[in-house]
Amino acid sequence: MSAALSAATPNRVPAESSPSALLSVEHLTMRFGGLVAINDVSFVAAQRQITGIIGPNGAGKTTVFNCLTGFYKPTVGRLMLHHPARPMLLEQMEGFRIAKDAGIARTFQNIRLFPAMSVLENLVVAQHNRLMRASGYSLFGILGLKRYRVAEDEAVAKARRWLDKIDLVPRADEPAGSLPYGAQRRLEIARAMCIDPVLLCLDEPAAGLNPKESGELNELLMSIRDEENTAVLLIEHDMSVVMKISDHIVVLDYGRKIAEGSPDAVRADPNVIRAYLGEEEDEDLPDIVKQDIPEVLS
Amino acid sequence: MAGVVATIAREPKSLAGRIAKDMIISGIIVFLLGSQLIGIETIDDPKGLRFITRYDDVLAAALAVALGRAGLQMLRAGMAKPVLIGSLAFAVAVIGSTLIGGERDLSLLPFDNKIVDWVFGLTAVVFAIRAAVVHGRGSASAHRRGAVMDKISAQTQRFSPYAAGLMILLAVLLPVLFPERRIVDMGILVLTYCMLGWGLNVVVGLAGLLDLGFVAFYAVGAYSYALFAHYFDWSFWACLPLAGAMSAFFGLVLGFPVLRLRGDYLAIVTLGFGEMIRVILINWWWFTGGPDGIRDIPRPSFLGLPFERESPDGSATFHSVVSPILDSMFGIELEFAPLHRIVYLYYIILVLSMVVCVFTLRLRRLPIGRAWEALREDETACRALGINPRNTKLTAFAIGAMIGGFGGAFFATRQGFISPESFSFIESAVILAIVVLGGLGSQLGVVLSSTLLIGLPEVFRELADFRMIAFGAGMVLIMIWRPRGLLAHRDPTVLLHGKAGLKRSNRAMASEGSG
Amino acid sequence: MDLFIQLLINGLTLGAIYGLIAIGYTMVYGIIGMINFAHGDIYMIGAFHSVITFLILGVAGITWVPLALMLMLIMTVILTAMYGWTVERVAYRPLRGSFRLAPLISAIGMSIFLQNYVQLAQGARNKPLQPLIKGGFILSSPDAGFTVQLGYLQIVIVLMTVVLMIVFTLLITRTALGRQQRACEQDQKMAALLGVNVDRTISITFIIGASLAAVAGLMVTLYYGVVDFFIGFLAGIKAFTAAVLGGIGSIPGAMLGGLLIGLIEAFWSGYFTVEYKDVAVFSILILVLIFRPTGLLGKPEIEKV
Repeated sequence: MSAALSAATPNRVPAESSPSALLSVEHLTMRFGGLVAINDVSFVAAQRQITGIIGPNGAGKTTVFNCLTGFYKPTVGRLMLHHPARPMLLEQMEGFRIAKDAGIARTFQNIRLFPAMSVLENLVVAQHNRLMRASGYSLFGILGLKRYRVAEDEAVAKARRWLDKIDLVPRADEPAGSLPYGAQRRLEIARAMCIDPVLLCLDEPAAGLNPKESGELNELLMSIRDEENTAVLLIEHDMSVVMKISDHIVVLDYGRKIAEGSPDAVRADPNVIRAYLGEEEDEDLPDIVKQDIPEVLS
Repeated sequence: MAGVVATIAREPKSLAGRIAKDMIISGIIVFLLGSQLIGIETIDDPKGLRFITRYDDVLAAALAVALGRAGLQMLRAGMAKPVLIGSLAFAVAVIGSTLIGGERDLSLLPFDNKIVDWVFGLTAVVFAIRAAVVHGRGSASAHRRGAVMDKISAQTQRFSPYAAGLMILLAVLLPVLFPERRIVDMGILVLTYCMLGWGLNVVVGLAGLLDLGFVAFYAVGAYSYALFAHYFDWSFWACLPLAGAMSAFFGLVLGFPVLRLRGDYLAIVTLGFGEMIRVILINWWWFTGGPDGIRDIPRPSFLGLPFERESPDGSATFHSVVSPILDSMFGIELEFAPLHRIVYLYYIILVLSMVVCVFTLRLRRLPIGRAWEALREDETACRALGINPRNTKLTAFAIGAMIGGFGGAFFATRQGFISPESFSFIESAVILAIVVLGGLGSQLGVVLSSTLLIGLPEVFRELADFRMIAFGAGMVLIMIWRPRGLLAHRDPTVLLHGKAGLKRSNRAMASEGSG
Repeated sequence: MDLFIQLLINGLTLGAIYGLIAIGYTMVYGIIGMINFAHGDIYMIGAFHSVITFLILGVAGITWVPLALMLMLIMTVILTAMYGWTVERVAYRPLRGSFRLAPLISAIGMSIFLQNYVQLAQGARNKPLQPLIKGGFILSSPDAGFTVQLGYLQIVIVLMTVVLMIVFTLLITRTALGRQQRACEQDQKMAALLGVNVDRTISITFIIGASLAAVAGLMVTLYYGVVDFFIGFLAGIKAFTAAVLGGIGSIPGAMLGGLLIGLIEAFWSGYFTVEYKDVAVFSILILVLIFRPTGLLGKPEIEKV
C-alpha cells in the first residue's frame, strides 16, 4: 500500500477480505466525556507481521490498546479478530476473555509483573487456564493426581523454553521484582507469550532500555514473529526499533490516523513529518534541515 | 510566654537542645491528650455523673513518653551507650521492685495497677535491646532491621517442616502430658483460632481481599449447626459439612456483587455484612432465639456414643463401652470423667485444623492459589493474562467462608450454647489480627500469633482487661515496623533449580530489603 | 402527616450529625486515599470530652447556657483535634508508601485501641447527662393525637451545622490552605515540588476532620444525653456510608449523604421497624457501591492502565 494513497484517504476501511488480515479495526472511536481520545481510526494488522503504531505523545496509541484488550469499551467501532478457530468481535467480549479465548496478550507501558512472585511463577501463572482445566478446577490438584502433575511439568517446561529465550534461566527462582529493568521488560513479554497468543500487543517495550538491550529486544520480537506464528502489534517511541522491525506502520496524531504504510513510506510522508516536527516552520526551513528530517525519524 | 514559644519554635542547633525540645513537646502533647480522658474519671452515681481526678497518671504518662522520645532520638543520633545503661537500670529497678513486692505494691512507680509497672519495665527492656543492637552494629536503620527479620523468617520457613512436625507431636500429646481442663480448653481455643486464621489467610493473605466480616461466616456455620440440630435433631458430624456448605454459599452470595470493589470499599462492605448478620440473628427471634441464642446444642458423640455418665434411656455411653474394652485389653480402669469429652473435642479440632492446614497449603501450590497471589499483586495484569478475576476471588472468598463455617459449627458444639453476642466485629478483628501479626500468607505465622494473642491472655488472666487495647496497639505497631507480619516470608510455589533456587530466591529477597 | 413532619425534623437533625462526621471521612479519603477507620472513634472521643467539660463547668459554676455551650465547644474541639492529629502522626504517616492494605489495617488497630483506651480510662458503662437545652416549639396541636415538636436543641444542631458548612466551604475554596489541600489531592509529589508542605497539609486535614467530628460528638451528647465508648463504631459506619452515598472525596456530597442517611434512618424507624434500621443503612451502602460506586456527587474514575 502506498503511503500517499493511505494518507489521502486515512479513514478508508481496509479490505476485510485480505487473506492475511488477523485483526481489523474499523472506525474505532473512544470518547471520555468531551475528550475524543481516538477518532474514527481504521487499520489492519496482518498475520505473521509486526505492525507498528507510532505517534506523538497523547496521540491515542495506548487507548487503542486498551480498547483492543477490553480495558475500555469503545464508543464506536468494530474490532474484528480473524481467530483461527472462529472470527470474534473483541468489543463485545469481557476483558479477561480477550486473553483467554481470543488469544490477545499484552504488555504494559509501566511494567506490570507480579513482583513478589518468582520469575518462573510469573510464567506459570500465565498458563493459568490450561492448568486449571488440567487440575480439574483444583479437585485433582488437591488429591495430587498424576494428571495434574504432568500438566504442571509441561507448564514449567514451556516456561523454561521462554526463560532460555530471554536469558533468565539462572534467575528463575528469584522474585520478579528483584530483576533489573531490562530483564523485567523481557520477562513481561515472555509472560505474555506463555498464554500462546495469536496477537501480541506491546506497549513501548523499548522504553528505558539501553541500545544493547533494545537490540536484543529486536531479535526477540523478530523471533516471535518468525518462529511462534504470532502477529505483533507494537507501540513504540524508539524509532530505531520501530523502523527496523515493523512490516507495516500506522501513524496516529490527536486520535486520528494520519498515515499508514511501510517504514520507508511513513518516514517520507509529509503528514508524519509535520506531526512530529510542527507545521509552520516547515515552509521556511532551509533545505539542509529539510534533508535531515527523515533522518530524525529514522 | 511568647518568648518561650518563640524559643521552642526555633530549631535548636545542638543535639541536646533538639532532644530537650522533642521531650518537652511530646510531653505537653501527651499531657493534653490525657488531660480529660485519663485525668478525669467520670463516675455515674444514682444522683448523676460526678468525677475524680487522676492527674498523677497523666503526668506519669507524659513523662514516660518524653523519656521514650528522648531515648529514640539518642538512638537515632547513635548514642547507644547512655540509652543502654539508662534503660537497663530502669528496667531492673522497676521489674525487680515489682517482683520483690509480690502481692504487695512495692514498685518504684506510683501506679495502683501492676500491669502498668510491667508495661513500663518491658518497654525499658525493649529499649535496652534496641540500644544493644545499635551499640553492636552501629546503626539501626529500618532497612537493616527489615533485612534481618527477613532472614529470620526465611530460616524459620526452612526449618518449618521440622518445627511443624514437632508442634504436631506436641499438640497430639498435650492432653496426655497435661490432663487438666484449663490447659486442654486453652489448646482447643488456640487451635480454633489457628483454623480460622488459616481460613482468613486464604482471603486476606493470598488473595489480598481485606475481609472484615469473617465473623459472619463463623456465625452462619454456628447457627447452621445449631438450627439443624434444634429443628431436625441432626448430629454434629452430619451438620459439619452442611455448615461449611452454608457458609460457602453465603460467601458466594455476598461475594458475587461486591468482589469487584476496590480493597478498602470491600473491607467496609464486608464489615457491614457482618453486622447485618448479627442484627438479623438478634431480631429474627422466633427462628434464631434472638438475643437469648440457642441452648442445649448437642455435643459431638464418639461413633454415636455420648460422653455422659449415664445416658437417660439407659443406652451405651462412651464410658460404658470403652471402659470394659480398655480393662480387658490393658487392664486399665477408666473412670468416667468430664475431661474425656473435652479431650475428645480437642482431638476433633486438632484433626479439623490439620485438615484445613494441609488443604490450604496444597491450594497455595495449585494454579488457583497462584492466581490468588497474582491477583493480590496486580489485578490488571491478571486480566490481561486471561484470568477471570471475579471467579478467582469468589473461590477464595467461598473457601475462606467455608473454613469459617467449620469453625463456627465446632464452636457451637463446644459451647453447647450460642448467641449473637459471640459474633461481633471484634471477633473478626481478632482473627484479622492473628493473620496480620503472623505474616500475611504465612501458615506458621498464624500458629505463632494465635498462641501469642489467644494463649497468652488466657494464661495471664489479669491481662484480660488490657487484651483488646494491646491488640489494637499491636496491629498499628506491626504495620509500622513490619507491615507484612512477623513471619512474612514467601517461598516460591514451584522451583526450577530446586534447593539451590530456593537459596538464590532467599538471597535476592534479603538484598531487596523488607520492601 | 404529623408523623411525617416529626420524622423529617428528627431525620434532618440526625443527618446533620452524620454529615459532619462524613466530612472527615471524605476529606481524608480525598487527600490520602485511605478510609480512616478510626474516625468514628474520634467522634466518640469528642463526645466524651464534651461530657467531661460539661462536668468541669458544672463544678466551676458556669451555668449560663450560651457561655457553657461555647466553652464546651472550644474545649471539645481543641482536645479532639489533638487526637486526630496524633492518630495521623503515629499510625498513618509512617505508613505512607507502604503496601496497599497497611494503612487500613493500622486504622482498624487504632480504632480498637481508642475504643479500649476510653473503656479502660472511663469505664464501660453509659454516661448519662442532664439535658442542657430543653424545650422547643410545638408545631401541631396535641388534639390530633400526636404532637409534632421542634426542639430548640434540634434548631441549634441544624444551625450549627449550616454555619460550619459555610465556614468550611469558604475555607476550602477561598484560602491558601484549601488550595494546598486540593493540590495534594491531585498530586502529592508535584505539590511538594511546588513548595506545598504536604505533611502539614495532611495534618491539617486530620485536624479539621477531627474538629468536625468533635462538634458532632458534642451535639450527640446534648441530643441523646448519653454516651459510651462504643458509639463510634456504628456512627462511623453510617457516616462512612453517607460519604460513599454522596460520592467519596466530595464535601457537599458528604453533607448530602449524611442528610439522606439520617432521613432514611428516621423514616425507616418511623414507618417500618426500628430493629432493622441498621440493616437498611448497610443495604444502602452495598447497593450504592454496586450500582453507583462514585456516589451521587462523585466524579467518575477512569481506570488508568
